[in-house]
Amino acid sequence: MTEPGRLPKWVDYGLLPALNLLAALLLAGGIIRLMGESPVAALKLLADGAGGSPESIGYTLYYATNFIFTGLAVAVAYHAGLFNIGAEGQAYIGGLGTGLVCLAVGHWPFWIVLPLAILAGAAGGAAWAFVPAWLQARRGSHIVITTIMFNFIASALMTYLLVNVLIRPGQQSPETREFAAASFMPVLPFFGAPLNLAFVVALGVAALVWIFIWRTRWGYAWRVAGANPSAAVYAGIHPDRVTLGAMLLSGALAGLLGLNELMGAQHRILLDFPGGAGFVGIAVALMGRNHPVGIVASAILFGALVQGGSQLSFDMPRVNRDMVVVIQGLVILFCGALEHMFRAPLVAWYRRRLEQSNPQSAIRNPQS
Amino acid sequence: MNSAPASSPALELRGIDKRFGTVHANRRISLTIARGSIHGLIGENGAGKSTLMNIVYGFYPADAGEILVGGRRVDVGSPQDAIAAGIDMVHQHFMLVENFTVLENIVLGAEGGWQLAAGLARARARLEALARDYGLEVPLDAVVSTLPVGLQQRVEILKALHRGAEILILDEPTAVLTPQEADQLFRLLGRLRDQGKTVILVTHKLREIMAVTDRVTVMRQGSIVAEVATRDTSPRDLAEKMVGRAVLLRVEKGPARPGEVVLAARGLEVRDRRQVARLKNVSFQLRAGEIVGIAGVAGNGQSELLAALAGTLAPSRGEIELAGHELVRERLDARARRALGLAHVPEDRLHDGMIGGFAAEDNAILGYHDRAAYNRGALQDRRAITADCERKMTGYDVRPPRPRLPLASFSGGNQQKLVLAREIEAAPRVLLVGQPTRGVDIGAIEFIHRRLVALRDAGCAVLVVSVELDEILGLADRILVMAGGEVIGEVPRAEATEERLGLMMAGVRGEGAA
Amino acid sequence: MKLLRLLAAALSVATVATAKEFSPAIVYDFGGKFDRSFNQSASEGAERFKRDTGIAFREFEITNAAQREQVMAQLAKRGSDIIVAVGFTQASAVERVARQFPNVKFTIIDAVVDLPNVQSINFREQESSYLCGMAAALASKSGKIGFVGGMDIPLIRKFALGYVEGARHVRPDIEVFENMTGTTPAAWGDPTKGAELARSQFGRGADVVFHAAGATGIGVMQAAMDEGKLSIGCDSNQDYLHPGSVLTSAVKRVDVAVYKAFSDARAGTWKAGQLVLGLAEDGVDYSYDEHNRGILTPAIKARLDAAKADIIAGRIKVPEYRAP
Repeated sequence: MTEPGRLPKWVDYGLLPALNLLAALLLAGGIIRLMGESPVAALKLLADGAGGSPESIGYTLYYATNFIFTGLAVAVAYHAGLFNIGAEGQAYIGGLGTGLVCLAVGHWPFWIVLPLAILAGAAGGAAWAFVPAWLQARRGSHIVITTIMFNFIASALMTYLLVNVLIRPGQQSPETREFAAASFMPVLPFFGAPLNLAFVVALGVAALVWIFIWRTRWGYAWRVAGANPSAAVYAGIHPDRVTLGAMLLSGALAGLLGLNELMGAQHRILLDFPGGAGFVGIAVALMGRNHPVGIVASAILFGALVQGGSQLSFDMPRVNRDMVVVIQGLVILFCGALEHMFRAPLVAWYRRRLEQSNPQSAIRNPQS
Repeated sequence: MNSAPASSPALELRGIDKRFGTVHANRRISLTIARGSIHGLIGENGAGKSTLMNIVYGFYPADAGEILVGGRRVDVGSPQDAIAAGIDMVHQHFMLVENFTVLENIVLGAEGGWQLAAGLARARARLEALARDYGLEVPLDAVVSTLPVGLQQRVEILKALHRGAEILILDEPTAVLTPQEADQLFRLLGRLRDQGKTVILVTHKLREIMAVTDRVTVMRQGSIVAEVATRDTSPRDLAEKMVGRAVLLRVEKGPARPGEVVLAARGLEVRDRRQVARLKNVSFQLRAGEIVGIAGVAGNGQSELLAALAGTLAPSRGEIELAGHELVRERLDARARRALGLAHVPEDRLHDGMIGGFAAEDNAILGYHDRAAYNRGALQDRRAITADCERKMTGYDVRPPRPRLPLASFSGGNQQKLVLAREIEAAPRVLLVGQPTRGVDIGAIEFIHRRLVALRDAGCAVLVVSVELDEILGLADRILVMAGGEVIGEVPRAEATEERLGLMMAGVRGEGAA
Repeated sequence: MKLLRLLAAALSVATVATAKEFSPAIVYDFGGKFDRSFNQSASEGAERFKRDTGIAFREFEITNAAQREQVMAQLAKRGSDIIVAVGFTQASAVERVARQFPNVKFTIIDAVVDLPNVQSINFREQESSYLCGMAAALASKSGKIGFVGGMDIPLIRKFALGYVEGARHVRPDIEVFENMTGTTPAAWGDPTKGAELARSQFGRGADVVFHAAGATGIGVMQAAMDEGKLSIGCDSNQDYLHPGSVLTSAVKRVDVAVYKAFSDARAGTWKAGQLVLGLAEDGVDYSYDEHNRGILTPAIKARLDAAKADIIAGRIKVPEYRAP
């Protein structure tokens, strides 16, 4: 029983991530120093760019909205024991559904368009997740492989549609015409950024996901199947059905990205609008420990990195966009992959502290 | 190997201390083991004996303390260091490459030079000498996977001797053996001792300690509580020292009053993925108010039988009748069978019956999670679930009684009690129980056995599968013996003896065979 | 918060007030400014402007769709006088930001945005492609030539169509293999795949291959060099990459367009509206320099120059690909 020692929540969810973030920023600062720029100034630009004004906060949250949707998608699949790498493609096809609703009936009253767009987005994403799920449940094809493949297929399909079918006649750029203004997602006032109602929808969806996963018998069954498939069979839960159900929901969540990106900001369907959010979602779910609260928090962190990073490269041209990707990569590395690096020393430190204050408390429940 | 004077002890531990997080697994253990002796190390699960042996073998570093081999201090940072110091260990789960031959397995990691053929030839000569000296006959060119378990264990022992082991640690060596194979092992250990080797036998079986050891050390909660010469003690005495209080070793129960047939299996056959029949034409009946025991060496079809009955494995042939339903034809899954009153405590609790990372209360509803009592509309009734778990914990003395604690942080016995509570409290018609007391401490064994008997007396049909003969003999009213995937015979409890069952378990059909 | 906004507003006013000096800006597309092709050509124009005038410019490389609008708005707010947006994907962003900042000049390259403060510069790529198709057909011994496009979009089909038409003009029976690299923007930056496609076309008998694939084309040209075949470069003059193997390049003077937009804006002669640059305006051309003099024989060059004159004079009509 080498189970790691337990830490109080504030250490686990507060101090530990903060230390990881700090380590990532220190290393990034070192690299910026090597490039001949001031790390302090760079950090200040990054922080200012991400949260220094209502507008930058608005952009941060706007980017975070995409990451919340894809992060939740990855997390839901994860709880059922599935690694969904296909959120990118599912978001792409889901967005197609949302976009088509807006193109077709966008002039209808917004409160009718919105539910339709949500349904169409969810349906598109779910449909795109269904095939890999079915292939895994019935034929045993590994979902990691098939969902990656489906990202490419989604991309090829969308390029075909945008170039040949949906393109606005007589123009170069492969994008559709603009949606009717009635179907634009209301932009949240005060920020002066494309931050829109989809952010609120994302928060609501996060709450619903939490309820579903932790407070319903179906979420329970999924978690059982994910944690221990043979215990699931023992309990009369069918892992195949869980795979199908969880992937449908996962794809549906990813499919909502179009609400923010298309209805909220671009107001048309255009090439590659998910822009990698499906992959960032994996890191977001990982960092957020697959918990909706953690996902919202880490989505905002990643939103801040994107927004702050773009400001950084704007004002410090030597730190170009590739350097910003390096900084983001370091954060993922330290907060995701090396998450437990500071854990062991912290556990030791915490135990020592505990023993000093109360020598008896450490001696209980001996295990071999 | 050791140039130290013969008078110094083979192994001496001084003040070994080890913690895992907040768990104090070993507390300043000091222990001396004489050269040329068989030393028993006994204790309940979680007493710290495996931790101690893993420290000696170099798997974990000790937080404090020192290890002396032949009177000389050694630093055991890894198993390689231990082997170099003449210490070797035979694990409960063998560390063999299944598709290598015996010879290749023994040479593995000690090939000596880059020419494999030369190394093999040298090893062969040495092994033949070793086999002669110790009476350890093993077919060197057989592929390991084709050998019976008892022989595989001999391969492990031979491997250790080949590497020059002077001190041999065996961790629960008889768990996978028939009584006859176990006796052969004990005779071998005796020969090793007579040749001057030192054997440490880690076990929780009192019978083995009494049969082969010279001295015995008892551990409880990370400390040594007693160290005695085996001839000066008794099983009852050792059991009390292990548990810390007086225990009943026998199950107390009245005669069974079997009622109507509640479950009938007819011609069950199960095939594995390679289409090999693991269960062959098994038929039997279970009556209300009786405990039927299934005896057999592990891996002779008992697991498949339980799985087929519980609905986690589809039989390729045969039928199971329960409460007027034909379970196989109607394709009823585990959940549907539970609804018909078939409860199941699985053999491999960790693997099948629970989720270690989940809270105890979430484990206490596994399989019953969609019952109305735990749900309110679409949402789970968390308050009811917690209250239900609290009730079960109190009723089955699960400690600590904290429903929100992850199940993995409970001891094996308490986990098993919770699983048992879940299945028994569902008020089943039939209860299938696999290895009811595997990895469970003595105190809990007593409790679990009493519960099973009480359930029988309440009119439930109980099917117990166990590799512990003592347990089958203690609990069952009727005993089926399985070997090679078949039910090889049925013996009424009154006529059952360990010898007779042992022969049948080895595949010899008894006179009373059905 | 209100105070903060006021402060921010005051600050931005202050920067505008002090920024008397002319301040141009350029926003590159996904390919990045070092794609050795389209964006790089734009960057060269901006750099030349800086060398000639000593006026610094701001620049930005896009990483996601939403950034386009954000960055342009920010440039406008920070007092940029003219913003050049490189690439058709920026059209919708330019459209929106230009509406928001009617006093800032915008130049978009490769797309049309119809607003009073936007200048749209487009090229007749089909004309240079036509000449390159002729060159390929004239230089080919096998009667088979290839085309490797980046992403399958209208702009690239425009290149392909002109190329095929030019080749047919000199050899009606010529066989042309067409391949697109991919369906995502990654298709602009995948030299490995470009090399593979080129090799497969060589395998089928082609001996000249034209790329319109951004950085992917680097691989196409490398493969041609390795196999002893000929390649045709695109956008920038790429003859220097493999002298003796690059037959010519379909040059698109994005650099000239950027330079002109900057200097016109500075001089006050910048005008909104559409500008289409073809052979006649020196906006596109085929390249001829010391690197390809050995392979682009005088005979070929004579045919190309004649055709060029015919196109300018309207005697040859080069068809233009129309998006559906």
